[in-house]
Amino acid sequence: MSDPKIEGYEFKPGFRGMADDTGSDQTMFKGVHWGKAMMWIFLLSDTFVFSCFLISYMKGRGSTPVEWPNASEVFGLHVFGVEVPLLLIAIMTFVLITSSGTMALAVKYGYEKNRKMCGWLILATAVGGLIFVGMQAFEWSKLISEGVRPWENPFGAPQFGGFFFMITGFHGTHVSIGVIFLFIYAYKTFAGHYDERKRGWFTTMKGDYVEIEILGLYWHFVDLVWVFIFAFFYLW
Amino acid sequence: MDETNKKEQTTTHKIGIYLWIWGLLFVLSFFSYMVDWYQFQGMLRWSLILIFMFLKAGLIMAFFMHLFWERYALVNVLLWPMTAIGCFIFLMAAEFKYTLFTRIFYFFIGGG
Repeated sequence: MSDPKIEGYEFKPGFRGMADDTGSDQTMFKGVHWGKAMMWIFLLSDTFVFSCFLISYMKGRGSTPVEWPNASEVFGLHVFGVEVPLLLIAIMTFVLITSSGTMALAVKYGYEKNRKMCGWLILATAVGGLIFVGMQAFEWSKLISEGVRPWENPFGAPQFGGFFFMITGFHGTHVSIGVIFLFIYAYKTFAGHYDERKRGWFTTMKGDYVEIEILGLYWHFVDLVWVFIFAFFYLW
Repeated sequence: MDETNKKEQTTTHKIGIYLWIWGLLFVLSFFSYMVDWYQFQGMLRWSLILIFMFLKAGLIMAFFMHLFWERYALVNVLLWPMTAIGCFIFLMAAEFKYTLFTRIFYFFIGGG
């Protein structure tokens, strides 16, 4: 959608365009910003990393004869004297989806060259990510204080802790890195680096609002991974 | 790629589509939380979890990540490798059943 046109190259939609793109003895993805193509390749490899984690979790959980801890109770919270199952995880899910929505709007306003709106939405996304990481830190410290370790836990199968810390930790690291970059990009947007096409760090590439879309791809991917972790680890 | 050859020509989508997808994601997340809230069990639970999960993932990829509007070359490069993950899941599912079987067998029958 965002791809600028190249002089002398007419992009055709559908399979015709795909054949032109892949079989023309030149570069693939003609007209696509290289950063965007590389972000997609990175996300594909990251998909494989997270898939391997979740598949090893499936195998670990499936092959133990000991009963698996009941996630609904382990991650439940006492609120005003009532035991609410999975409350913190539900709030985390909603926070992450909210930040994903603000990011999608930031990309849209970026392409419309609406600098202020784009910057505020990126900032909102960053704050959402920060809240998410904060709640995850709370969840980790709560579980650690209850005696959950990577090698043992009081609720059931000892493998639970190892998979929990590995998978949510890796996801949380992704969120943290995303938050750092969101703050940097919010600054760059407000400072007008993309309007002035100012050069970025370590690159000769001129600033462009396509960078917001590339950052957005990463952030939506983090949300996407959480959808799978939420389903398989917390609900299953 | 020569930066000067690029023309500034980008299209954006209406804000309505983003708000719709956003709302749908909230509703689907709420539904999947309800699966746990009402403690559905067995096949009903698993199928509901998987349906809501794939719907959410599909909506995020198609509209928030713009795959729905992307060129086919990119879409195909991204989606076909996923079949390898499917194969891996299939293999490991067979593997964990075998591991569980041998564990239970030796726990109760003994190695001899």
